[in-house]
Parts: sequence; C-alpha cells; structure tokens
Amino acid sequence: MPISRRRFVKLGAHAAFGGLLVYTLRGVLPKPGAGTADAEVDSAYDSYRPEDHDWAFVIDTMKCIGCGRCARACKQENGVPWEPGCNRTWVERYCFTADGEVHVDSPEGGINGFADEPLPEAIRDKEITKSFFVPKLCNQCDNTPCVQVCPVGATYKTADGIVLVNRDKCIGCRYCIQACPYGMRYLLPDEGVADKCTWCYHRITRGRLPACVEACPVGARKFGDLRDPESAVSKILAERNVSVLKPDMGTKPNAFYLDLDGAVV
Amino acid sequence: MDGFVFPNEAEVQWSLLIVLYPFITGLVAGAFVVSSLYHVFNIKSLKPVASFSLLMALSFMLVAPLPLLAHLGRPERGILIFLTPNFTSAMSGFGYIWLFYLILVLTETWLVFRPDIVFYAATTSGLKGLVYRTLTLGMGGMSEEDQRFREKAIKVLAAVGIPSAALLHGYVGFLFGAIKANPWWSTPLMPVIFLLSAIVSGIALLIVMYVVVMKVLGRPVDHDCVASLARWLMAFLVIDLAIEGLEILSMAYESEESWEVVSQLITQKIPVSYFGIQLLLGSLIPLVILGAVAAQVRKGAASPAIFAAAALVLVGVFAMRWNVVIGGQMISKSMRGFTSYTPPLGGREGVLAATVLLMLPFYIFSTIVSLIPPWQRPVADEGEAEAETPEAIPAWEGVDSRLRRSDWDWEEATRR
Repeated sequence: MPISRRRFVKLGAHAAFGGLLVYTLRGVLPKPGAGTADAEVDSAYDSYRPEDHDWAFVIDTMKCIGCGRCARACKQENGVPWEPGCNRTWVERYCFTADGEVHVDSPEGGINGFADEPLPEAIRDKEITKSFFVPKLCNQCDNTPCVQVCPVGATYKTADGIVLVNRDKCIGCRYCIQACPYGMRYLLPDEGVADKCTWCYHRITRGRLPACVEACPVGARKFGDLRDPESAVSKILAERNVSVLKPDMGTKPNAFYLDLDGAVV
Repeated sequence: MDGFVFPNEAEVQWSLLIVLYPFITGLVAGAFVVSSLYHVFNIKSLKPVASFSLLMALSFMLVAPLPLLAHLGRPERGILIFLTPNFTSAMSGFGYIWLFYLILVLTETWLVFRPDIVFYAATTSGLKGLVYRTLTLGMGGMSEEDQRFREKAIKVLAAVGIPSAALLHGYVGFLFGAIKANPWWSTPLMPVIFLLSAIVSGIALLIVMYVVVMKVLGRPVDHDCVASLARWLMAFLVIDLAIEGLEILSMAYESEESWEVVSQLITQKIPVSYFGIQLLLGSLIPLVILGAVAAQVRKGAASPAIFAAAALVLVGVFAMRWNVVIGGQMISKSMRGFTSYTPPLGGREGVLAATVLLMLPFYIFSTIVSLIPPWQRPVADEGEAEAETPEAIPAWEGVDSRLRRSDWDWEEATRR
C-alpha cells in the first residue's frame, strides 16, 4: 500500500509527539532503580575530596546566542530572588556601531533573553558592525578581594577553588560587594546577607554540572577540572587563546573567556 | 541610572549612614587632637577648650559605631567583628581600634575631671551626689602624690592619643583607599586625606560648639582662644586642600583609563557637592575668610567671621564624606555607567534616622556637661589659671567655705 503524503506527515507527527512524550516522561516517571541513583549521588558527595579538584570555567562569547536560559536556570536552581539586583549570573549584549561607539545592556540580567529585546534607543538607527553576548558569573578568583575584606571571615575559598559565603555568619556589612571588581555579589533582601555564584557547588561536589552549563543549548559555557588533562577546559586552556576579565586587578580569575573582545569589562 | 551598570549595581549599598560614620569619627579625631595640643604641647591659648574638646570627643565617640551597626544587614551579628575577626580585612580592626580609643578617651576624661568629680562627690547630696560618688570609682581622696601621677598620666595619654587619632581616622580612610575595584577610592592618599579633613572638621566643630555654648550660657567667649583655633584650622585646611588637590590633579594629569569615568563623576554627577560645596564653599571661601581674619587680628571682632568660616568648613567636610562614600559607589564597576542615590526620608537608613544619629552626640554632650561643666572648674590644676571662685557661681551658694579653692583641703573635704 503506497503511503499517501498526508498519512506520512501524520505518522511523522505522531512519532515526534511520542518521542517528545517519552523524553518528557523520562524525567517525571520513576525510573527503575531511581532510588539507587540518588544513593549514587549521595555517595559521590561522600567520597568527594575538594583537594583533588581544581575547577575552571570557560565561556565562549562567540557561541552565546543570548537566550538567557542560563540566567533563568540559575535563579531556579539556587533560589535566587527574581527581582532585578539579585543575580548570580547574567548575560550582557555588546553592540558596536559604525561610528565607533560601544553599547552594552543587560535588562534584568538577560533572564528573558534578547530575542524580543529591542535595541537601545541610542543605537536603533545606527549601523551595527559587530555584536555579541557575554555571559558573566563569579570568577572564583585565586586572589580574592571579597574574601580578603570580609571582617568576620564569613566568606572563604574552598580547597577546590570555589568562593562561598557562610550565611549563618555574614553580618551584611557589604564590604565584599564593594571589593568585587566584577559586581558579582549582592545582598539577599530578606536574609540581609551577601550572596554570590558558587558554580553550583552543591551540584559539582556530586559529580554534576553547574545548572547554567546544563541549561546552555549551544555549549557556550564549559566547566571542568584542570587536574584532568583530558577535560574540555584543560584542552581549551592548553590550545586556545583565552583571557580573563580585568586582569590588571590581579585577582587571578578561574573563569576564562575564549577570543574575548578587548571592550569587555 | 546612566549608561550600563552591572545588574547587581541597581542600588547603592553604602547609604547615608555610611556617610555619617567617617564624618562622626573625624570629629572625634579632630577634637581629641585639639585637646592634646594643649595637654602635650602646652599651647596655652587652647586652654579654655582643652577639656571642652575632650568631652566633645567622648560624646561623638560613643555614637560612632551606631550608624555602622544600624546599616548592617544582620545587626544582631555585629559582635562577630570582635569575636571572629578576619585580620586580612581592614574592617575587622574597627571594633578593636574603636574600643581602644574609647578607653583612652574615657580614661583621659576621667583623669582630667577627677578633681571636679571628687569635689562634687564631696559637696553634692542626693541622687546626683550618688552619681558623682560612683564616678570617683571609690577613690574619693586625692593626695599630693595622686595629683602628680594624674598630671603625668594625662600627658602620656594625650600623647598616645595623637597617633591613636591618626590610627582611628587614617584607618577609616584606608577602608576606602584599599578598595582597588573603585577608581574613586583606590589611592594611598586616602588615609591622609581622611585624617587631615578629620582634624579640620574637629577644630571647626569645636569653634562652632564653643561659641554657641558660651553664648547660650551667657558666658564670655575667649577670643584669643577662638583666634588660636582659627589659626590651627587654617593651617590644617591648607594642607588638607593641597593634598586633596594633588590627588585629583595627578589623576587628571596621568589620565589613566579610569580618569574618563572619574572626570564624568565629578563634572556631571556630583559637580555641586564636589566643586560647589566641598571645594568652594567648604574650603576656599573659609580659607579666604580665615586668611583675612589672620591678617588683622583684632580681639573680639574676628570671632563672627571665624564662626562663619568654621560652619562652612563643617558643611564642606560633610560634603567631602558624601562625595567619597556615595560618589564612589555611583561609578559602575563596568566603568560604562553610573547609578544614582537619593536618601529616603524614613526607614532605618533614611534622612530622619541619620538626623537622630547626628543629634545624639550633642544630647550626650549636654548630659555630660551638666555633670562636669568644663567651663566652670571648681578646682584648678597646679600652674593653671585660677579656678573660678565659687562665689561667682550662684548655684554654689551654701557650699561649705572650706571647699573653696583658696583653702582647699583634700583630706578634710573627703573625710565627710
């Protein structure tokens, strides 16, 4: 029986829907051995040794499409307040115009993406010669101004290189917010304590990727262990041109940017 | 907001209260330095304000940590700065430096006013008498030996107090100067600028308060003393202005990357409070007034002009604190934009709260001077001018004549 065109399209649609259904349900339905999977994660955490890792982040600004999924995923994963002014990670849009000007914006930290975001008034009628997106997150510096200035030792650097805040100890003086050259820190409005990006420490210590990395549809955010020479980040640092933000600050960031434009701060 | 600021910079973090903090500690440091000029360097013309300024320093000292505490996100944890200090932080020293300085000022005040306290304890009855007797700390008598020790101790404490004042306020400058992320703060000159402006503001407030208090009490103003204060004010103001000018001049001349944003800040964002109030109204005009007055010292006539200059200097130093604390935070770390700040009227960090905090030292001062008025010392120190005789003071009618200065007998008086 020859398959009519209509029937073929219909079949295809059914197959696509079915596939989508299975894909969706995969996360919802209890998988066989789901309990053991949790146990595996927990045992991964139990056997995690911070001193055996040296985490690094690589951001490829040429790949980022400004969809904002990373910023949304971060807010959900880490319970970051949705109000503007509370951001652990965000996306900036850089536009270069023919008259040599640079315009940067990041409305609400880019959580809504830039697809529907009109260009800023100032450059709407200008010829744009170059444009790209820059995802930002904590650089987990080796020489940390924020840890240095905390008067009570509420913020500290772990052996695997992540800067964390002890919320039970922070007094909310906001000296760390002043000291961070990258504007990465903010005050949690309800708790009155400082907060910042942790590269999803609760996930990476259980063998998972940071939420923003997992959410990125184009692989613009790469995360890995520099102790592992085979990791993607190790290879990129060994073979590609990378730079860090505000190197003159001497902070020694652990977030690296691939082929970064000099205009980015 | 103007240009691009990082998403977390929507709000200025250090508010009006943090403007108040360096302003208040500055007044403490300045007032203490004046007191020490008399006690250590024996500058006789400052005698009328030597103990006055000490009480002023104490009053402001007690209030100094309050704006900081009120500003904390978690004020109830403020004590951690004493308990678990992280010594790589400039701020961790605050608690200790403040406490050390408070003890110093308290001890010196107590020693300076000890004869007064002992005298009042012996001559006052009732609740007030109890307060005085408590203040004697159980040491109601004074022997010759006591007296000699006391004079020596005052000198030592006052001497220690000068570097301590420098530490207290130089340290506040370092808090800001050590923040490399902020081009408007990050300069090694910041502690020096803070210290000089502190001394300037302390002398200025002393002039204003001394003249006002004397007028209110209907007592004569010592014009020699005011003229002397004016000369000290002018000297420190010249150095302060020179250093502040050098700072901005070298920044402009070197024109590093950050100058672009700093020059925009001072010319477009804070031109009124920077050029208008801090430099012109609060520095140059007072300097011209003080200079003109110094050129023609005529006893008495100069005081109103000096008073006006001192008041302007106070406004100028407050503007300087504002320009540093708020101005610095207006610059986005993106170096591509500015955030804005207008203090709210109400709330924990609003204008009303700040006003109350700024009034508090004056209230404390009036309470202290009602107990131990520095302008009406019952007992004069050795080698000092004669104390006011009780006859001249109506409130002292009925005081046993044996307690008068002329035939003051410690042992007999304190035996009662």
